[in-house]
Amino acid sequence: MIIKRFLISFLVFLAVWLLLTSSLQASSILVGVVVSLIIALLFGIKAEVFGEIKLSLKAIINLIAYTFVFIWELIKSNIDVALRVLNPSLPINPGIVKVKTRLKSKTGRMVLANSITLTPGTLSIDIKDEFLYVHWIDVKDCDLQCATEEIVKKFEKYLEVIYG
Amino acid sequence: MDSLTIILFVAAGFILLALLLALYRFIKGPHTTDRVIAFDVMSIAGIALIAMISLFSSRIIYLDVAIVYGLLGFIGVIIIAKYLERSL
Amino acid sequence: MEALKYIGAIISLFGSIFLFLGALGLIRMPDVYNRIQAGTKASTLGTILTLLGIGLIMPSWGGKLFILIMFVIITNPVSSHVLSRAAHHIGVNMYKNTVTDLLEKDENNTNSKPEKQ
Repeated sequence: MIIKRFLISFLVFLAVWLLLTSSLQASSILVGVVVSLIIALLFGIKAEVFGEIKLSLKAIINLIAYTFVFIWELIKSNIDVALRVLNPSLPINPGIVKVKTRLKSKTGRMVLANSITLTPGTLSIDIKDEFLYVHWIDVKDCDLQCATEEIVKKFEKYLEVIYG
Repeated sequence: MDSLTIILFVAAGFILLALLLALYRFIKGPHTTDRVIAFDVMSIAGIALIAMISLFSSRIIYLDVAIVYGLLGFIGVIIIAKYLERSL
Repeated sequence: MEALKYIGAIISLFGSIFLFLGALGLIRMPDVYNRIQAGTKASTLGTILTLLGIGLIMPSWGGKLFILIMFVIITNPVSSHVLSRAAHHIGVNMYKNTVTDLLEKDENNTNSKPEKQ
């Protein structure tokens, strides 16, 4: 577990350094390797964020599929917001609903909450145990089950494989 | 002045208009949280504007300013929200 | 090569229009939560598209622009989430046509303790 956290955090820090400097000289790569090694040893092994992702082939395929689903939902949500703002009668029907998630890991829940915020008409407000409270700009008349079906399901089936 | 520059100037003009509208909400906002969300939108639009300026003067060093500016805006919003929640 | 620059400029223009619409939503929406919705979503995609267009015009700046885009995607939802939670915690008034508020109901059920500091 610690080794996995160390390796993943080291690779992330090194990638950020290489993108920031955008040069492939030996001296700058050497400095990047040393600095990210020190940071990963001091802090990376304590951060749970890096250790909870699964490293199987299935998880990586799901990660790629999830990225495309996320980008598509982001574009859809922006067109939705733009149409609502430009409409003179301002068609909103807001309310706070409650949904249930099956994800267990903390990082998975964080990614789920961020995804909910960036999808059409929803904004995650609070989380208590396994219930997420979501501000919905156009509430349909339905209960916990159907709100969960409507908001969470499309991301959960990918995140369940990626984070477990 | 070719058409590429004109399109980019129009884009920068839209970003400036966005900054002005958010500034209106920042001044008027009836509650503190309104002002904070206006500040958040202003700092995000500021990142885009700084990137535009670095393109106009073709200096990559200004992008570092945009990165640090985004970092400070994010931390500012988090701190104010924590303070409002009395959990700081 | 020249065509790529024009595509980048058009993408930047779309991004700035989204930013403008987000700020317009900030003015038109009636309460804090709806303002946060409009502000966060539109400004996220607007900034991403603007930076992407600049990246198409100047391909050698790709690394830093990619870091900026990842930074915006990760931090913007987090700040809006923290802000809306604080707004609900201190009891900012909601829009008069709001349909339900289950969070309020659940907090009243569980907080049987007298003090709420």
